[in-house]
Amino acid sequence: MAAVHDDHGHAHGHDHGHDEHEHHGPPSGFMRWATTTNHKDIGTMYLWFSFTMFLTGGVMALMIRAELFQPGMQLVEPEFFNQLTSMHGLIMVFGAIMPAFVGFANWQVPLMIGAPDMAFARMNNWSFWLLPPAALLLMGSFLAPGGAPAGGWTFYPPLSVQMGMGMDMMIFAVHILGASSIMGSINIITTIINMRAPGMSLMKMPLFVWTWLITAYLLVLVMPVLAGTVTMLLTDRHFGTSFFNAAGGGDPVMFQHIFWFFGHPEVYIMILPAFGIVSEIIPTFARKPLFGYSSMVYATASIAILSCIVWAHHMFTVGMPATAQLFFMYATMLIAIPTGVKVFNWTATMWRGSMTFETPMLFSIGFIFLFTIGGFSGVICALVPVDIQVQETYYVIAHFHYVLVSGALFGIFGGTYYWLPKWTGHMYDESLGKLHFWMSFLFFNVTFFVQHFLGLAGMPRRVPDYALQFADFNMISSIGAFGFGFSQLIFLYVIVKCIRGGEKAPSKPWEGSTTLEWELPSPLPYHTWATPPVVK
Amino acid sequence: MSSKVTATLLGLLALTFYSAMGMAAADPYQLNFQEPQSIIAKETYDQHITAMWICVAIFVVVFGAMLYSLIYHRKSVGYKAANFHHSTTVEIIWTIIPFFILIGVAYPATKTIIAMKDTSNPDITVKVTGYQWQWGYDYLVGEGSGISFMSKTITPLAQIYNKEPKGEHYLLEVDKPLVVPIGKKVRVLITANDVLHGWWVPAFAVKQDAIPGFIRDAWFTADKVGTYRGSCVELCGKDHAFMPIVVEVMEPEKYAQWVAEQKAGSAETTVDVSKVFTMDELKVQGEKVYASNCVACHQANGKGIPGVFAALDGSKIANGPIEEHIGMVLNGKTNTAMAAYKHLSDVDLASVVTYKRNAWGNTQGDLIQPSEINRFRK
Repeated sequence: MAAVHDDHGHAHGHDHGHDEHEHHGPPSGFMRWATTTNHKDIGTMYLWFSFTMFLTGGVMALMIRAELFQPGMQLVEPEFFNQLTSMHGLIMVFGAIMPAFVGFANWQVPLMIGAPDMAFARMNNWSFWLLPPAALLLMGSFLAPGGAPAGGWTFYPPLSVQMGMGMDMMIFAVHILGASSIMGSINIITTIINMRAPGMSLMKMPLFVWTWLITAYLLVLVMPVLAGTVTMLLTDRHFGTSFFNAAGGGDPVMFQHIFWFFGHPEVYIMILPAFGIVSEIIPTFARKPLFGYSSMVYATASIAILSCIVWAHHMFTVGMPATAQLFFMYATMLIAIPTGVKVFNWTATMWRGSMTFETPMLFSIGFIFLFTIGGFSGVICALVPVDIQVQETYYVIAHFHYVLVSGALFGIFGGTYYWLPKWTGHMYDESLGKLHFWMSFLFFNVTFFVQHFLGLAGMPRRVPDYALQFADFNMISSIGAFGFGFSQLIFLYVIVKCIRGGEKAPSKPWEGSTTLEWELPSPLPYHTWATPPVVK
Repeated sequence: MSSKVTATLLGLLALTFYSAMGMAAADPYQLNFQEPQSIIAKETYDQHITAMWICVAIFVVVFGAMLYSLIYHRKSVGYKAANFHHSTTVEIIWTIIPFFILIGVAYPATKTIIAMKDTSNPDITVKVTGYQWQWGYDYLVGEGSGISFMSKTITPLAQIYNKEPKGEHYLLEVDKPLVVPIGKKVRVLITANDVLHGWWVPAFAVKQDAIPGFIRDAWFTADKVGTYRGSCVELCGKDHAFMPIVVEVMEPEKYAQWVAEQKAGSAETTVDVSKVFTMDELKVQGEKVYASNCVACHQANGKGIPGVFAALDGSKIANGPIEEHIGMVLNGKTNTAMAAYKHLSDVDLASVVTYKRNAWGNTQGDLIQPSEINRFRK
């Protein structure tokens, strides 16, 4: 994947980069990418890695939807189906969404705060190059005896203790990915805290930088917890411990508590940077400053703090005391308030603006519209009695795809279109970009809206086969999934086309943009902000 | 006036939604929960409807405003951007209003949670045990105590693999449903034998994870006679989709009759354990036990699934010392999918072990009598 881009990136470096700092130019060929410490190169590699994993996880999703197209077993066997659902989740969360946002951070944080590069440039290289081996371990587990892990992306014991070697490969992949995330986060925190341009106080930082600062703190807080829990699983599997085994004095539910102590903040790790991207795009295309900047910052921080005390709402059916259910219900509902503030602020930003609807803006509006639906179903899921009915059903599947696909992923799409002219020096194909948006928007809803009904009516999740009453909605959902999947090829085409050429982008292609990166030429020279700008 | 139009549209929307609600359980276009059949399920149903309509209302207000803005505040119609960027009053208002709305929906939910947890004074207590991949029911206290049976799917593989047309209750049918009387408080004690399972009957709004080594409880009182269907909801391995739950609710007299039949039936079928069985008797019985407990993993041909489930045909255990074979079946193998089968009767254990040693290519020729099993039980 990176190799495909290597040539283009390199070629364009030569084609368009003549006048800019040629003497600082990178070494050529594979070694450029293997040894690079340049935040732009590393950002590019993160984004291509993420896109490759997105397509891989997407193919698995399509295999799942193909099997679920009709009741009965048609294409895959149940045990392979379970491997697909588990790997789809793991790959999308750890391989696609998280690295994509780190890619954005690498590209944009130094540009937006006026820093020449990331604080720890060599560690930055190492953070990225840990990802491919982790991905190989994860994907390689399909070839292990017994196949890939099949215990769901949450790999609850005791089922995950029963699995074959594939589970151990997944555990080591998670260790490596965790190390990469922690290093990436420390790098981002240090860069933001120490390397801002003179005059850029914390409360003058672009919101994207704010959301990433908060996200990075969350990552540093919870990734070690995940590493701990997978290690406990590993020792339960091979070294005779009984952390999660009742027969040895342990408790399978303890795994869920520890896992979700990581897992819930993880949800916000995947959405906060998207909030940041959207908060950059909306003011740009509304030609009007972001409404309630400081309340946006406070809301982001509140969401992050609250996200650490709501984990057990993923476990309302494990049988906890009423007081615990009440605490986690109230805490979860509180998150609706800062999240609501964000949605209201975005709406107020658009209000009486002078809007145009280029692709980044379309994805951002689509984001707000659909993410809010996911937020609403989240509030409904927070109500314990209702959650007990919908837990482990397709309702929950619909809910978290509304926040992760039309939330996180639409944020990534929007951000890509927004910054692509700056990164490549070319304008992308606007009509194809719009087509990509409308296809994604339409097919996303066809796929996932009906899943709310399936869940309410009683279809459990993680099943390769279902009762006949669910047949029609499943068929609709599968059709939507294939439409959504193939629409992403438009995205790939637009990006490749934009990298290879196209209308030359001015340094500030968007009329309403105000952040620092737009003061730099397009395409960006290899090194930027050697002399920091002064922010008034 | 646009508010009238909005109101009419909302009303129409509401009608469409309501007319689609509360339909029969097997309706392919069912948009909502199954018809609730217990007090908790009714409260849950109502809370979901209320919360959903509140969300719809907020959605209409917020996105109504956004839609207005998208139509009128665009550059192409020549709208000039304003330059305001905050308003403390407005921001305080829209922080506080949601807070009160949330209190409004949390209050009834709190009451239901407390009611759900009150499992005291049940009329009947049943222990539910999840196995890979079937359910076990043991009536512990109340009318019917002592009744005990396994409940597993009867949907034939031919239907699952599309070789036969699928039946009406495809994947939601079992050989022996859980039977309970109407109007009696039933407390279910839920646990599991191997991995996590989840016991769910949507019509009663009871969903509880079954956790190996721990017992959790839940309760329901059924309002109406009928058959209610649910499924396992916690991923439990290969056949997670194929371990349904069926609850049959009966009038008290019919329930008493069912209890009497069960007791008489179990007295009849109780076999004298001390009897000496022949090889053929054990093999015939063993094949049946194999078909209901072992076949899912080890397969009908005893070959297992390479890399996932061990083969029995030609295996070391089935062709090694019989004591080790019995130990494996009784206690399972730690950290593998091989669960303990202690819950099977002495006759079933003896016959299934004998069968495995003398089926397919295994020709051990030895057998074990049910009377000998007990000494292997710890």
